[in-house]
Amino acid sequence: MKWIDFEKPKSVDEAVKLLSGSSGNARAMAGGTDLIVQLRVGDPRVNADIVVDIKSVPELNELSYSPDKGLTIGAAVECYKIYNNENVKKHYPAILDSATLIGGTQIQGRATFGGNLCNAAPSGDAIPNLIAHRAVATIAGPNGTRTIPVEEVCTGPRQTSIGSDELLVSINLPSNGQDFGANYIRFTPRNEMDIAVAGAGVSVTVADGKFTSGRVCLASVAPTPLFVKEAGDTLVGKPVGEEAIQGAADLAKEAAKPISDMRGTAEYRKHLCEVLTRRALNTAVERAQGS
Amino acid sequence: MTTIDNESNVVLATNTDFKVVGTRPVRHDGTDKVTGRALYGADYDASGLLHGKILRSPHAHALIKSVNTSKAESLDGVKAVVTASDFPQVADKTVELGEDDTKLEWLRDNILASDKALYGGHAIAGVAAANPHIAEEALKLIEVEYEVLPAVLTTQEAMADNASILHKSLTTQELGEDTGVVSNVASHFQHVKGDVSKGFAEADIVKEREFNTTTVHQGYIEPHNGTAFWSADGRLHVWCSTQGSFVVRDSLADLLDLPVSMVRVTPMEIGGAFGGKIPIYVEPVAALLSKKTGAPVKIVMSRKETFEGSGPTSGSYMKIKIGAKKDGTITAAHAWMAMEAGAYPGSPVGAAAQCVFATYDLENALIDGYDVVVNKPKTAAYRAPGAPNAAFGTEQVINELAEELQMDPIEFRLKNVAVEGTRRPDGPTFRRIGAKEVLEAMRDHPHYQSKKQEGQGRGVAIGFWFNIGFDSACNIAVNSDGTVNLTEGSTDIGGSRTSIAMQAAEVLGIPAEDVRPSVVDTDTVGFTAVTGGSRTTFATGWAAYEAAQDVKQQCLERAASIWDVDVDGLQMEDGVISSTADSELRMTLKELASQLGSSGGGISGSASVNPGGVGGSFAGNIADVSVDSDTGKVTVERFTCVQDAGKAIHPSYVEGQMQGGSVQGIGWALNEEYFMGDDGNMNNSSLLDYRMPTALDLPMIDTVIVEVANPGHPFGVRGVGEANIVPPTPTLANAIYDATGKRMTELPMSPGAILAAE
Amino acid sequence: MPGKTYVQTTINGEQVDFLCEPRQSLLECLRDVIGLTGTKEGCNDGNCGACTVNMDGRVVTACLVLGVEAEGANIETIEGVADGSNLHPLQLAFLENAALQCGICTPGFIVSSKALLEQNPDPTEHEIRFWLANNLCRCTGYDKIVRAVQDAAKRLQEA
Repeated sequence: MKWIDFEKPKSVDEAVKLLSGSSGNARAMAGGTDLIVQLRVGDPRVNADIVVDIKSVPELNELSYSPDKGLTIGAAVECYKIYNNENVKKHYPAILDSATLIGGTQIQGRATFGGNLCNAAPSGDAIPNLIAHRAVATIAGPNGTRTIPVEEVCTGPRQTSIGSDELLVSINLPSNGQDFGANYIRFTPRNEMDIAVAGAGVSVTVADGKFTSGRVCLASVAPTPLFVKEAGDTLVGKPVGEEAIQGAADLAKEAAKPISDMRGTAEYRKHLCEVLTRRALNTAVERAQGS
Repeated sequence: MTTIDNESNVVLATNTDFKVVGTRPVRHDGTDKVTGRALYGADYDASGLLHGKILRSPHAHALIKSVNTSKAESLDGVKAVVTASDFPQVADKTVELGEDDTKLEWLRDNILASDKALYGGHAIAGVAAANPHIAEEALKLIEVEYEVLPAVLTTQEAMADNASILHKSLTTQELGEDTGVVSNVASHFQHVKGDVSKGFAEADIVKEREFNTTTVHQGYIEPHNGTAFWSADGRLHVWCSTQGSFVVRDSLADLLDLPVSMVRVTPMEIGGAFGGKIPIYVEPVAALLSKKTGAPVKIVMSRKETFEGSGPTSGSYMKIKIGAKKDGTITAAHAWMAMEAGAYPGSPVGAAAQCVFATYDLENALIDGYDVVVNKPKTAAYRAPGAPNAAFGTEQVINELAEELQMDPIEFRLKNVAVEGTRRPDGPTFRRIGAKEVLEAMRDHPHYQSKKQEGQGRGVAIGFWFNIGFDSACNIAVNSDGTVNLTEGSTDIGGSRTSIAMQAAEVLGIPAEDVRPSVVDTDTVGFTAVTGGSRTTFATGWAAYEAAQDVKQQCLERAASIWDVDVDGLQMEDGVISSTADSELRMTLKELASQLGSSGGGISGSASVNPGGVGGSFAGNIADVSVDSDTGKVTVERFTCVQDAGKAIHPSYVEGQMQGGSVQGIGWALNEEYFMGDDGNMNNSSLLDYRMPTALDLPMIDTVIVEVANPGHPFGVRGVGEANIVPPTPTLANAIYDATGKRMTELPMSPGAILAAE
Repeated sequence: MPGKTYVQTTINGEQVDFLCEPRQSLLECLRDVIGLTGTKEGCNDGNCGACTVNMDGRVVTACLVLGVEAEGANIETIEGVADGSNLHPLQLAFLENAALQCGICTPGFIVSSKALLEQNPDPTEHEIRFWLANNLCRCTGYDKIVRAVQDAAKRLQEA
């Protein structure tokens, strides 16, 4: 690895100062499971001379829930803390789908949802799930703090709308009612450890046997995680059943713009979009009706 | 995944007379390995150690116009830089490589390229620095001028008219004669038995298929490593993880133009090999850097380098044609096989030819083998090299014949199975073999007898590996407490030092724990061939057996001297020396050992052997799979491996070999491949995207050890390391066919490929 | 070029201090700086688990932790699993079940399995395989490893 300097700020302000102060050459690090690998291979998209370890900033370690505020996941909260948290298990069980899927046990001991989002890989396993949950991202910068929907964070492969002088502080998931169900599934050749060939994160609300809302977001089939608004919208008002779900799955497949690479061909990925969306919606419905 | 409640590991033992052989003692090196104490090659440390890093070609095929190392040399912290020009310029000759041979020029060229880069990852230069990060940064400062050439990546591309040529000096050997034609085909050979045209004419049905397999890697978890240090008297000492310390020694001597006595190789513990650590890669570069710097230099490959700069096994293109009569008798078989050798000649197509039809007693057979160079790393052995490729073809065509004739696939194989006296198409006549017994054990196994589960497919296949003998040496010395020290030169990849110790223990009539085995360096034991070819338990076992017999004889003579009787009346059983004539005369080996010093001195025995009488091994599989019809993903639901071990010295480690080879075969079948980009480079050179099975991808692997004793070994041993990787790919192909009706003729049978297949 | 960082940490219950560059991973520091070579490198990018250590109560791959992050942390490596010459039931189980062949992955598997059994003393086969998916073995095919973990679980419960 080329030389890096290491800083460990204790506050959001200190972190932002470090990120702003070095003309784009500082990068925030939480678990480092992407960043350290990228630094080691000399990834040109990561031009970091200074690594800013944000794990000592209190706000970034928050993992809290309340019925009105919803679930707040600090940017530095590791997957293992997320899937061991009673509130997550009780109120946001579908979040476990992603937290237990990223890498394997040891990766989950370090990797964070915040890092998964900021790394902005099209295949990021946390991102479609967060988007399906209508999550928002709180970002701090030299000019203050702002909040945007998670679907506005990723702007291209490994590119975000978060400035080089800004810091992701936390992700917030609004509260869901009893009629809510969500699911994230992905296709990988092995049962763990792989990068998603395609993924689908969905959520639905149902009432009186009809869909009252739907959200569908795909992984690995576009330059960013792909929020397919029309697929979710098409469910609204329709009776819960195969026909509505198939309609949404077909729209998701149509919207997908995958490339062919070593992980899969474009045709295969497009095909998987329909399969995964359909399966995920079925599970989401079961969860909505079960809870 | 549920554990099915049946007896998971079965040993169909034929000889249970032994006291130690056939038992399951804890391995002698076990404690150090479970506590992190055992020292592997990368763990070696020395005062003043420098770290070496290697610059590698980013091009699959290119002329190297110039190499400028001056900027790297002046980087603060860099101690030396070496290139091919730092090798002594020696006349070319043939050099032994452990299981085959090559030209010295090619061996040297592969280690550091001279005029051409022949594959992406080909080593160009080496740098040494005290800080490995600085050494790595220095690589970026080496300026290489390349002229990129078109690359050929498959046998079809390499054999095409007007294909880009790798070696202007390589001319095709056609059936033993040099054609003088410059080509990427290094050789074409044939094996002919009987008359296949007549045989195919006699057949009622003929099945013919084409098969393609891609490059795969042995996938050992420990990357290549080596540390080199010269002493002031000009001797070179190397510490490394290797399958053959004597091969490392001899190769270094050839490359550096030294007598072998000037090179000493100390084998460290080794973290997996499967054939891939027979060739040398980093040791000579470390030696050159050490010479220049006067310091010990350690080089450890990265995972990316391990994929791109070592020796995967061949991708291949094969055509298999088999004909049979209505009653199931095979009348003729033809195998046409082209295998990738990588950048220099020497693919395993010859070995593949020995195995492709070995299971079957054939009157008429024709085998065409082509050794073809391509712009990929030079292939190295991978567990029964060439045979898994061949079996992927043969065992599917066999199943197709059985299906059309409406015969059970195992019964069809039994009808044609090779037995003692069967002559293989490539020449040798089988002595006692266990193919029939393996097939019968498969047929009678509860797995095969059980009803298939709803929606699943079942497949079977059987494979063969001939195994090798070669040289081994062993020394045994008796300690005063009645234990013995045993030194041998077979580096221990999987528990072999214990199996060797157990054979000595059996002869001496003492517990396995009373033998202290050590794997020692090239100065300390006689020449020992590689730990490979499934030879170690067999051949080094023979050496231990002979050395123990030598010790036993000396013990009897010493007892005779102590008792002042004739040695002919004495015997040694279960560690007790007694007289057949006088029942009063009795002493244990422990008692004798305590008296050695006062009765004439120590006792040590030795042996150097090169045993004939090698027995080949057959291995068969039964597998049940389910295939997700929406995604093409295959789940292995149940897997059984049956193998003939002759005699399982330590059944747990024989089972372990069977399970390990089966799982490598499963990975090869379903997901593993070198994904080559348009630029000819490997795109997936990481353990993320080179997908080897994880624990979550597999069920338990049930085993049955069949024992058809090999008459060529005192305990009946047949090597077991390799045959078990041969049947899994066709077994799974046959199971996938049974589940989906799709006949997969390409490896890997990945989900996308299965979905796309008709 | 700036100098090295001074790090104070606890490894296997002992206070340890060392100097390292920020770019050196915890794996590199354990092996090359401190001299604890039991933790192995297989891939250096988190995909094989050979470098598994227990850091502050959960298992991580040391190749993806910077050495400077060890400051104030509590780290357990394979060298700390046995209690002197008393092998941990996992170590005994691995030996008696022949759950290792070349042994290079074994330290990672033992550290990883130990954490599993501390959290889930009676895991199912599926739970064992799921937990251990981040640890690759190329020699054994995992069968005997899974059985060793099941055996160790039994031994620990009987103790």
